[in-house]
Order: sequence, then structure tokens, then C-alpha cells
Amino acid sequence: MTVQLTLPTRRDENFRYSDIDALRTVWPIERERIVVAEGREDARQIVETGEGATARHLVIRLEKGARMDLRVLSAGPAYGRIAIDVTLAEGAGFTLGAAQLATGAETLEIVTEVTHDGKNATSAQIVRTVLAGHSTGTYLGRIAVARGADGTDAEQSVRAMLLERTATANARPELEIYADDVKAAHGCAVGELDAQGLFYLMSRGLPPADAKRLMLQAFIAEAFAGAPGEEALSEAALARLEQIL
Amino acid sequence: MLKIDNLQATVAEKPILKGLSLTINPGEIHAIMGPNGAGKSTLGYTLGGRPGYEVTGGSVDFGGQDLLELEPHERAAAGLFLGFQYPVEIPGVSFVQFLREAANAQRKGRGEEPLTGGEFLKLAKEKAGLLKLDMDMLKRPVNVGFSGGEKKRAEMVQMGILDPKLAILDETDSGLDIDALRVCGEGINAIMRAPDKAVLLITHYQRLLDYVKPDFVHVLAGGRIVKSGGADLALQLEEEGYEAVVHEGAA
Repeated sequence: MTVQLTLPTRRDENFRYSDIDALRTVWPIERERIVVAEGREDARQIVETGEGATARHLVIRLEKGARMDLRVLSAGPAYGRIAIDVTLAEGAGFTLGAAQLATGAETLEIVTEVTHDGKNATSAQIVRTVLAGHSTGTYLGRIAVARGADGTDAEQSVRAMLLERTATANARPELEIYADDVKAAHGCAVGELDAQGLFYLMSRGLPPADAKRLMLQAFIAEAFAGAPGEEALSEAALARLEQIL
Repeated sequence: MLKIDNLQATVAEKPILKGLSLTINPGEIHAIMGPNGAGKSTLGYTLGGRPGYEVTGGSVDFGGQDLLELEPHERAAAGLFLGFQYPVEIPGVSFVQFLREAANAQRKGRGEEPLTGGEFLKLAKEKAGLLKLDMDMLKRPVNVGFSGGEKKRAEMVQMGILDPKLAILDETDSGLDIDALRVCGEGINAIMRAPDKAVLLITHYQRLLDYVKPDFVHVLAGGRIVKSGGADLALQLEEEGYEAVVHEGAA
């Protein structure tokens, strides 16, 4: 694999919702290669809370029985792109928990390509996006299950919350399966905060912003549940939420 | 404490309350009864300030404040508690977390010191005990997976913790078995029966009133109070039905 040198256009499916002008400022994107050796475990976090444009591309290979727990918090950049390619060998396990929080005219995107290359590998992706103002949040997630990769268990749970009708959420889950014995559960939902729940909380004395913040904290928490750095991630997310609301 | 004067309200542009007047003094327990569609729940939600319940006329004074000018959370801080007929489930948000924040937001609104974690838990434990609700249930997400009876008891626990001046309880008795009905009734008495507090019970049936004896009973029909009386009016309603009593009131 070589670094792609030509700036993509929006005709490129993987950059369909990107802010190309902002992308130009960080182009080309260097690929960060990570290999987790047979039977080993790795846990990492990507936390983008700066204001400048940022783009990352991780290429991860999980050898036989290896595990990776990756958590992503993208909360702040005017343009933030995080692309993650993962290849799983037999019995490997990959967990992605990601939260994107945006406001103003920010554009955040997470683009994943998870390839199950061996038998009995598991992958779980949980992505939670909160969008205010005129922001855009995108998740493009492709799961590919190779021929013979039986016993695959691949899961995608993708939800976006629009705080204002002017924000835009894009979600495109994609499955490409060439094996027979495969469990692939995926769910995508874009919604707004439950008005009944908000009134219930406010009727108990919570001001509107606190009621919203509490419900959004719970919404985001799913992305960080069980992470080694759960508390710090949740705190960083909360700080951004309070700015957005 | 509460003075409702000629209140008119619409839901989705449909008039529901058509000139309702009611005065509740400190120390009093009032029951509002009435047939389906009379506007009972609308009265509760309108007083609570639920979005979508539009006041088109009349006034509501709550302890010297114009209640209708206040946001829902300000009404709570002023001492109003609305017990929901259908308590809302909120996944991921625990009762203790939300109630402590709510209690402290109310205290802040009144210029009082916030409760510490320890003080709050002690208070919550005491009120849960009063309603015979396992304290561990309050560590779970709000109402998620609770039975009908547990939800209603949890409403009363919240009322106990928030310690309101006026509680408007919308069909607290619906979905309760006989034991839970007694527990809730006793809870209402323990928390709200005081010279400086008042309760407005919204109910279909006499049975809750066996435990929480009202000082006044009102019949709501067609968006107005058509008849008022003492506790015996509820018994008369139970015996003769709404229709007979409503007609008598209209005559």
C-alpha cells in the first residue's frame, strides 16, 4: 500500500461527505501501521479535541488470536477525519468505540473498513454522534468477510443525535460477505432527543441544558463502556458537550 | 397555595380545558375525578408546563407567582411536583444521578446549599424505604425495566426526595395491585400530609381515596369542574357513575 497522493474528490465514495477544502490542508494522510502479534492485546485511544483540521488513517493488522480495543473521541476539530482499516486473522478480536461531537460548521467523519480474513474472529463497532448547529457527522463502515472466514461475528451499532434540524448525519454501513457461517448485526439510526424524556427530567427541576446534557452523556457513554480510559474519555466528552449545548 | 381561574388550554389546537377554576389551600387534599377525555391529564400537564399544552386563557397563581410564566424546571423549583400517569423510561441515566442533580438544581434555584453525595444517598434511602422500593433499583436507569407498580412507587420516592409544596398526581393508582396501592397511599400521606403542603389527586376510581382521604372532591367533565363536594362525593360517583352525577351537576 502506498500513500495516495492525489487529493480525492467527493466522487470518491470514501470522501463523499468530506470537507475537501479542509482536507487539502492536511493532505496527504500518512498511514499509521499497527500490528498486534499473535495472542497479544493492545488498547489505544485517539482523542482529537483541538480546533484545527486533522486527518488520521490507521491500518491495523490483528494476527491470530490478537485483540485490539480502540476508542475514539473526535470533539473539537473544524474538520476531523479518522479512517481505520483493520484486518483480523483467525480468532482475533477488534472493538471500536467512537464518539463524534460537533457544532458550528464542523465536519467530522469516521471511515472504517474491517476485514475478517480468518475464521472465528469478532469485531464490534459502536459509534455515537452528536451534532448541533450546521455541523456534519459521517460514519462510513464497511465490513468484508473473506471466503472461508466462517464463524465470523461482526457487529455495527451506529447512532446519531441531531440537536438541531440544521445539522446533518450520514451513515452508510456496508457488508460484503463471502463466507457461509457469519453473524453480522448492524443497526443505524438518526434521531432527536426524546421530548417526553426531556420534559420528565425538567419537571423534576433540571434546567433544559442539564436535562439534554444528561441524556446525551448516557447516549455517548455506550461508546466508552468498558474502555481502559473510560473515565477520562467521558470527562473529555462531557466538556465538549457543555460547549455544544 | 394554588388558584386556578377560568383556565383554558388546547392540545394540537383542540380546546380541552374550557374555563376551569379551582383553589387549593395549604393543608388540603383535593381529588379530581371524571370520565375519560374530560381533561384530567391535560390539567396536570398544563400545570406542569408540558410543551404542546397551550394556555389560551385564564390564570394560575402558585404561592404568589404566575405559574404559567415559569418554565417546567422553574415550576419544580417553586415547589410543584407532577406525578406522571406513565413515567418515562430514560436509558443510561440512573435515578440517583438524575435525582441528585434535580434536587440540587431546585435547591440552587431557591438559593440553598447543594446536598453532598452522602446526604443525598441517605435521603434517597429513607424515601425508598418508605415506599418499600429496593434502594438498588434507584441505581438503575430511570424506569427502564420497572413494572407498572415499581414505576409508580419510584414516582413517590422522587416526590419524597424533592419535597414539594404541591403534588399533582396523575392516576398514581393506575397499574397498581392492592398492596402497592396501599404502599403508595401511605407514602402520599407520609410525604404530603402537612399543614404547609397540598395534593391534587387525579383519579378515575375511589379506591386510592380509601387510603388518601380527600378534603374536597371535584368532578371534571367537558373541560370544567361541574360539581364539587366532600369525600362522600367520590362514593356517590362510585355508586351512581359519572353520567348521573354530571347531569345532576349540569342541571
